[in-house]
Amino acid sequence: MMTGILSLTTFAPLIGVAAILILRFFGKADDARTETAGKWIALATTLATFALSLVLVMKFDRANPGFQFVEDIGWFAKLHYSMGVDGISVLFVLLTTFLLPICIVASWKSIDKRVLEYLVAFLVLETLVIGVFCALDIVLFYLFFEGGLVPMFLIIGIWGGKNRVYAAYKFFLYTLLGSVLMLAAILAMIGISGTASIPELMHYHFDPALQIFLWLAFFASFAVKMPMWPVHTWLPDAHVEAPTAGSVILAGILLKLGGYGFMRFLLPMFPSASHVFTPLVFSLSVIAIVYTSLVAFRQTDIKKLIAYSSVAHMGFVTMGIFSGNVQGEQGALYQMLSHGVISGALFLCVGVVYDRMHTREIAFYGGLVNRMPWYAAIFMLFTMGNVGLPGTSGFVGEILTMTGVYGVSTWTALVAATGVILSAVYALSLYRRVVFGTMTNPALAGITDVDWREIAIFVPLILSTLALGVYPNAVFHITGASVDALVGAYRAASGG
Amino acid sequence: MTLQSNLLIALPELILAVSALLLLVLGAAAKRASPIFTAASVAALLSAAYVAATGHQGHAFGGGLVADNAAAFAKVAMYISSAVAIVLGDRWLARRGEARFEFHVLVILAALGMGMMVSAGDLISLYVGVELQSLALYVLAAFRRDDAKGSEAGLKYFVLGALSSGLLLYGASLIYGFAGSTKFHDIALVAQHGVNPGILFGLVFLICGLAFKVSAAPFHMWTPDVYEGAPTPVVGFFAAAPKLAAMVLFARALADGFPGAHAQWQQVLVVISLASVFVGAFAGLAQNNLKRLWAYSSIANVGYALLGLAAGGEQGLSAMLTFMVLYMVDVTGFFACLQALSRDGKPMETIEDMAGLFRERPMMATAMTVFSLSALGMPPFSGFWAKFYVFGAAMNAHSPIMTLAAILGLVGSVVAAFYYLRLIKVMWFDAAVGKTDALPFEARFVAYAAAAFSFPIVLGALHYLEPWAKAAAAAFGHA
Repeated sequence: MMTGILSLTTFAPLIGVAAILILRFFGKADDARTETAGKWIALATTLATFALSLVLVMKFDRANPGFQFVEDIGWFAKLHYSMGVDGISVLFVLLTTFLLPICIVASWKSIDKRVLEYLVAFLVLETLVIGVFCALDIVLFYLFFEGGLVPMFLIIGIWGGKNRVYAAYKFFLYTLLGSVLMLAAILAMIGISGTASIPELMHYHFDPALQIFLWLAFFASFAVKMPMWPVHTWLPDAHVEAPTAGSVILAGILLKLGGYGFMRFLLPMFPSASHVFTPLVFSLSVIAIVYTSLVAFRQTDIKKLIAYSSVAHMGFVTMGIFSGNVQGEQGALYQMLSHGVISGALFLCVGVVYDRMHTREIAFYGGLVNRMPWYAAIFMLFTMGNVGLPGTSGFVGEILTMTGVYGVSTWTALVAATGVILSAVYALSLYRRVVFGTMTNPALAGITDVDWREIAIFVPLILSTLALGVYPNAVFHITGASVDALVGAYRAASGG
Repeated sequence: MTLQSNLLIALPELILAVSALLLLVLGAAAKRASPIFTAASVAALLSAAYVAATGHQGHAFGGGLVADNAAAFAKVAMYISSAVAIVLGDRWLARRGEARFEFHVLVILAALGMGMMVSAGDLISLYVGVELQSLALYVLAAFRRDDAKGSEAGLKYFVLGALSSGLLLYGASLIYGFAGSTKFHDIALVAQHGVNPGILFGLVFLICGLAFKVSAAPFHMWTPDVYEGAPTPVVGFFAAAPKLAAMVLFARALADGFPGAHAQWQQVLVVISLASVFVGAFAGLAQNNLKRLWAYSSIANVGYALLGLAAGGEQGLSAMLTFMVLYMVDVTGFFACLQALSRDGKPMETIEDMAGLFRERPMMATAMTVFSLSALGMPPFSGFWAKFYVFGAAMNAHSPIMTLAAILGLVGSVVAAFYYLRLIKVMWFDAAVGKTDALPFEARFVAYAAAAFSFPIVLGALHYLEPWAKAAAAAFGHA
């Protein structure tokens, strides 16, 4: 076993931060050469982190359902600096480190003010997000979970669009309110059980009556993060105002924190409460799937449409998680990973035209295929992935979550299935309105196709979408043991 | 007990008293302040802190003065904070041509009063300590006597402070009348199995008087005006050490004097605490002056500390002590930032003044961001750990009221988050409005050091602070 690799992966981006700060200190501010150097440092750092996490996944013991690469150092107040990954979290680490270099490259030209600060914010965010997935101490988890708000607040607020300040506040305060309730629950759990260690808490049997309250407190936090209907309203605002890379991070990674929290805390720690609340979660999930799909259809802003479609896709995830069987859990995990790649790619697609035209109005575009054939092909692929076409990764997650839920609640699965149709409706009509048709807007006449930098961004995303679509076992082999253990423990404890 | 052993126990106070008087005589002879004064007063405070930490412990003067771990803990923090305040204040006044030796003497006298407060073993020394500290602070608030706002602040502080002293004294006299003794130890024996209405009545008055001193709602009205009018470094001093002294005195009076009435005073404290949290959070939203804003912030923070006190027991009291010490560092750093920043000789005091500060003074803006986030309770900054201890104690006090209070307090902190974010937003998002003046060295140094403490030093420091706070908390309740 390699101890220390998790901490190294988590904190590697901070090395880049230090280098950029030194650069900032000695270099001239707003100097193009300094900024380019900063970008290269950030790219190198994120690529190195990605390489580290690849090593992590390769060394990962697939047969072991428990936590691996565990590090544990005592801290104050009965807390521990405790890190470790299992099959559920290790791929999220990979997803994070995979998307970060893409974000850096995607921001290469579109960010023109305060570049160094922007890069620092992204690298700090990367550390915090990896930390969330690796933390095995519940307070350490909270530290990373909550700390991520600040860099994201700054990313939206400084480099965002017109209404960025409002969106940044909304994002921050909404999530903070959810989080403080979770903090109260965390403090109560530590007081009752006398430990802050996540593996120990998983085996601690909380009183069922108490579980209800603890469950609700955690649910408040993760449901906002997810986001679930009806607390999703911060997401469209945040997405629309965030810069492209900010949206990629938000949709690709930060939304996954909610689902990860459900699997890490709610099911194993409060099984009987989870069982009690399953109908609630199912109802909220199908409302999210159907309602936000319909809302997405009526959007006039491309980014907002994709944001609402994210909420709908997350509905599949919550539904799958609370099905409490292997298909549902695997499907939810898969859906999260796949959505991380596909929604990230879709926001990048929006970014491509936004960088050229500086508008995201659907009505402004039309007929792009005439001037941008490559772009049309790429956008098509990810639209299909979003719809859940077989052969793309989107299909696997949807079919599995629905299979899992079908075994528990036929009606839920049935209503959710209409969401698949609705997603085709809004996604394809978006594609038609933006890409097909004749080019009527004269402003578009000079628009250029994707350049090499943009192709370099999309190639890894295309490959992973297709690879995950045709060979899902690559994922299931890694997650399998941990998911089996999770489901086994949940069923035994909830009497399901 | 011999006189000598009594005096040894009171040695930190003696050092301060003697040096204050000496400095007064020397100052009157020299007629102006000089760096030697600053050095001498800092040396006096630091040696008093050293003696308090390592010197004799016990009960002196028939139990009127208590030197235990709790007193030592508080004294070290307060005296160091006072020493910092002397350096910052002296330089600030000197740059305005108003350096006077009285400043040093007054701060030392205030520190002496605070030392008396945290060592109070009976109602008399409680009152004497409070008055000595308060009188010194009234004068400090109005230290710039030609400044209208400063004089207003001093007068307001004095009038309302006198009123609260009256309440305190009235409560003390009732308690004495019904318990038959002024010593906490004897009162505790009388109030062992619940309290009679007379003592309870007196206790409520005592709590009201002390709530005024820590500026908890609904006795907070003086705070914003005094903060706004008093000289900035003096405010930094007000907001730190005297708050800790009053909180420790609060704990002493309640935990030493009325352990049997915990259920009764817990209810009162919970109400005061939640009122403070929400007054601090909502009233702060409307503020534009940063000193007023931080006054409301301090009201909210005192509310959190009172929650720890209300939880009681070793966990609650050590949480309160940890909270106060971490808060002191933050607030000292914040006011050091405020006193360092000026534009064209005019101090930057409103939120708008901070516009674009990050472009111009990135280090300063980062430090202020750290203090704001810390006050907001954002992990991993020290303010989060302060809240972590306090709310942990409240959640685990095995009382539904405390649990509910903790949840409400956390919700209140989300409301307050808005104004801290507004400051960050203005500094980071907005365009700069002009050039700032050069930053004075000492204020900058204190600000950066405090910010570095807030994160990351705190993560290591808590390792040491926690056992100290625990030992200090264990000393309560043994009067």
